[in-house]
Amino acid sequence: MNPVTGDAFLWISAVKILVVFGLLLTLIAFWTLVERRGAGFIQNRLGPNRVGPEGLFQPVADGIKNFLKEETLPPFADRFLFVLAPMMAFTPALITFAVVPFAAPLPTRWGLVSTPIADLPVGFLYILAISSLGVYGVVLAGWSSNNKYSLLGGLRGSAQLISYEVSMGLSAVAVLVLAGNITMNDIVARQQQSVWFVLPLFVAFFTFLVASFAETNRLPFDLPEAEAELIAGYHTEYSAMKFAMFYLAEYSNMITASALMVTLFFGGWDIPFTSWDNTPPWTLLKFAATFAAFWAKVLGFLFAYVWVRWTLPRFRFDQLMDLGWKVLLPVALGYVMVIAVAVWALEAAGMQFGVAYTLVLTALSLALGALLLLGLDRNRVIGGSAARQRERWRAQAARARGAA
Amino acid sequence: MAITVRTMSRPEAASSYVRATLQGMALTFKHLLAKKWTMEYPEQTSGPDWTLSKRWRGTHRMAVDADGKAKCVACGLCPQICPANCIKLIPGEDEKGNRYPLVYEIDEFRCVFCGYCQEVCPEEAIHVGVHYENAEYSREGFVYDLERLMRQPHEVSSLWDPSDPKGE
Repeated sequence: MNPVTGDAFLWISAVKILVVFGLLLTLIAFWTLVERRGAGFIQNRLGPNRVGPEGLFQPVADGIKNFLKEETLPPFADRFLFVLAPMMAFTPALITFAVVPFAAPLPTRWGLVSTPIADLPVGFLYILAISSLGVYGVVLAGWSSNNKYSLLGGLRGSAQLISYEVSMGLSAVAVLVLAGNITMNDIVARQQQSVWFVLPLFVAFFTFLVASFAETNRLPFDLPEAEAELIAGYHTEYSAMKFAMFYLAEYSNMITASALMVTLFFGGWDIPFTSWDNTPPWTLLKFAATFAAFWAKVLGFLFAYVWVRWTLPRFRFDQLMDLGWKVLLPVALGYVMVIAVAVWALEAAGMQFGVAYTLVLTALSLALGALLLLGLDRNRVIGGSAARQRERWRAQAARARGAA
Repeated sequence: MAITVRTMSRPEAASSYVRATLQGMALTFKHLLAKKWTMEYPEQTSGPDWTLSKRWRGTHRMAVDADGKAKCVACGLCPQICPANCIKLIPGEDEKGNRYPLVYEIDEFRCVFCGYCQEVCPEEAIHVGVHYENAEYSREGFVYDLERLMRQPHEVSSLWDPSDPKGE
């Protein structure tokens, strides 16, 4: 079956946008509830369960509340940027999802409908470009509020996002090396031919996971809002729907990051141990099954976000920078080198891309991953720069004593 | 000059990030499935883990005799002992010379729920109750008159018994 062309392409795209947008917003709303009930469960209480069955309509009630609340505007705020900032946070968070393929192609009367809203040939670059725009919302919100706490939050947000963007991009380079392409559909197809990339690229997955937690400003990296120190950080001065926009942005960032991890490392819409789902002819059943598989994986990662949030305490700022620049960045860089060399060696040895090829890489990666995980030690890695300086002073003092 | 940050030197096993993280995740997951302690209040007011004490001192209740009249003889001891000065009593006398309260009002907003009125009452007429749901729409609603005190249906407090200090 041929891809959709002509007029049908336009309106089918519009339908896709509406469906995906609705789906995302519903999932966001639902996940605010899951987060709160998950928090309750982890703390041995029930969480909000009053509105509707098991609290299912709580997000609706929250939404109504946010629409009816007063919109505050601080007198010394930069009015234009203050209003612009929530939109700047919210829009990139949503439109990043546009290139993620979330199911097998759907056959229709007008042709084969590919599942990403926009099947861009440069899908991965698009994601890198758009997702880093989200930081503007945080920075502008912090700056335009004319509030010290907000400004500090915005500052931390920009520092953090810039630091982790680097290692996130670099760890994804390993995926591109192995996939040999930057179209999301091709990355998924490569994983369907062999194994999910989480195995041959375990270290990259680990750095990507940590970086995506930092990118979404979630605990243990939620320093931009750090309520204990900064009230609410960059959105201190926001209320009602403007505040809700930041909230929605955080959750849609989570969904997009989860979808990215699934697509890059967990086979996208692939159903494991069978090739039934990824060979034509495409049917509605295959579409439904792969759709379910994709969202099941995404929900798993989303649950991990909630789970981690209520487990780990927040990093100190110097620890955050240490981890970003002194651990993740060198690891990601080195790993790209290792993978590139390994791929080159395998090609030189005349091996074709396939299961055996990826298993060799898996053995290499798991060994490196084990080394990395063993090496992630509080004293060695994140002592803080001051601690190391003190060691140096102590050594100097000891030398001086020895000389005297 | 850098900020001095104290780092404690811990043994290798205690300072591993990965191990600590995994342990923490396992712990929180255990709690996720564990028993929930929430008591869902309006539907459930007491349970095996929590009930009101028999010695609870809540809003008042006036005891009623066999004829349906208040047991109070308007002796004036309770307004006298009340540390919050919240009891208003105007005594009256019928044709047989029996004293009774013409006006008996307790301002529950002023009351500190010490229970002295119940302790001092010679007729065991006024009591503090085992009760806590007292919402009203106006401040006036919290001044309980004699009629209302007699109508209260809830249990009365057993107070603290010096001969049985643990309430056994």
